[in-house]
Amino acid sequence: MTESMIPFAIFFASIFTGNILLTNYLGMCSFLSVSKELKTSLGLGAAVIFVMATTTPLNWLVYQYLLLPFGLEYLRFIVFIIVIAAFVQLTEMTIERYSEPLYQSLGIFLPLITVNCAILGVSLFMVIREYTFFTSFLFGLGSGIGWFIAIIAMAGIRQKMKNANVPPALDGPAITLVIAGFMAMAFMGFSGMIALS
Amino acid sequence: MVTTLLISIGIISLISVFLALLMVIADATIGNYGTVKISINDGTKELEVRGGQPLLKALNQEGVFIPSACGGRGSCGMCKVRVVQGGGEYLPTELPWINEEEKKNQVRLSCQFKVKTDVAIVIPEELFSVREYTTVVEKIRDLTHDIKEVTLLLKDPAKISPKAGQYVQFMVPEYELTDESVYRAYSIASPPGDSSRVELEIRLVPNGICTTYVHKHLKEGDTVTINGPYGDFYLRDTDRNIIFIAGGSGMAPIKSMLLDMEKQGNTRKAAYFFGARSKRDLFLLDEMRELEKKMPNFTFIPALSEPQPEDNWDGEVGLITDVVRRMTKDGSNSEAYLCGSPGMINACITVLNELGVLPENIFYDKFS
Repeated sequence: MTESMIPFAIFFASIFTGNILLTNYLGMCSFLSVSKELKTSLGLGAAVIFVMATTTPLNWLVYQYLLLPFGLEYLRFIVFIIVIAAFVQLTEMTIERYSEPLYQSLGIFLPLITVNCAILGVSLFMVIREYTFFTSFLFGLGSGIGWFIAIIAMAGIRQKMKNANVPPALDGPAITLVIAGFMAMAFMGFSGMIALS
Repeated sequence: MVTTLLISIGIISLISVFLALLMVIADATIGNYGTVKISINDGTKELEVRGGQPLLKALNQEGVFIPSACGGRGSCGMCKVRVVQGGGEYLPTELPWINEEEKKNQVRLSCQFKVKTDVAIVIPEELFSVREYTTVVEKIRDLTHDIKEVTLLLKDPAKISPKAGQYVQFMVPEYELTDESVYRAYSIASPPGDSSRVELEIRLVPNGICTTYVHKHLKEGDTVTINGPYGDFYLRDTDRNIIFIAGGSGMAPIKSMLLDMEKQGNTRKAAYFFGARSKRDLFLLDEMRELEKKMPNFTFIPALSEPQPEDNWDGEVGLITDVVRRMTKDGSNSEAYLCGSPGMINACITVLNELGVLPENIFYDKFS
């Protein structure tokens, strides 16, 4: 693989082979609770794509120019969280003010994912894997798309399942976790193609 | 070492201050919707509030209290209000609580719906009289081994005017079982005549947030915040015979109604069935016998489902539903008022229907 291909390999890998939800099991709580309806899943998924694609490069800047120069890498957990929370809050306020339809479909979900571990996880992976600004953006975007695909697939399956005869003991989160396990195994099929490191 | 510490504190503060500043600016510009008007019940009352906040909060600040159990997080579905003008589209966070019928009536979840333009809303007339009260615990008394009677003396405002049978919400502050203040509803046991006091009967529920607080922590002299009165469980003004049925702390609203009837000189025929397990679960027997003497048309019928040998019980025995069935001939000219657990109420409704009480004449207050 040539040097210039690497960013796109990372983008592809973050969607499929290293899907943040199905390989790292991050962002599980909103995944389980919101995947009941396809429509709300679309909204939440879109919100996750947006927040990951924007906060990851933002946190890259904060990390490179504020934390690294002063040797404060160990503060990254708290700083990333604050940056994500403030940024999400600001975006929500802006959307609410200027676009009612966008707020209806996307904005309303933003507060739900402010403290989502997948969002923080992506920022932390970005640091560990020493990505550049551009690859951070692609990695964030790809992880968001991966999360989106996973929740849409799950919502589709759960809508079908409404007509199925699920054993009472497994109903709800239990069967959803079992299905998530199957989905993770299915996604392992991609893993030979490209590895994320 | 010290410099590293100072630098890290400095950087953290810098980032926090910068972001906080950004939020304050955004709040004053993007989040500023100016003042908006809320017109209540066709202009009966007009409020001017700061735009952009949830309707529930905006009304709250102006002293109009909408009942809500979760404190505005959209998880109890209680704070419904009709928004007849300026409502706009439903939010995805409201939809789980709103059915088709309510959609037609433009019912909104007031903790989620934000007031950004002038709106017109419709709320039940009685909510106007709902206030928040600061009170002091005047007396705590054991009624049974697990029910306490708590008397609250109103301080600010100093007077309340509920209908007999209505309830108030009791605010439980943060303590070991809850990390935020929560509200729980309790019926008022005192008669409406005494407008400066509110009596509640609270039964200990294992691990109940409010009941544990009242039984284990609350002391005489403590300050308690309540709001109310709420509810449509009150005596209807008709000539029908009355069947009261209660269990446990369901005594409270019925007692209030009876004391009110006595005071008003109401001579309607009334029978009060009170169900308990054994004698140690019975209370206020003397007060009820006293009322029987004062009100010739009133009968009090306590019934035990599992009387113990040492109880020496010679009254009615059996489940309350069986006792009601045994002692009521014809219910077609009767009105029933029930207060107790959902199980008891559902069972009683079935029996009352069989006895001929019309469904529209059955009123109840379910514990939940």
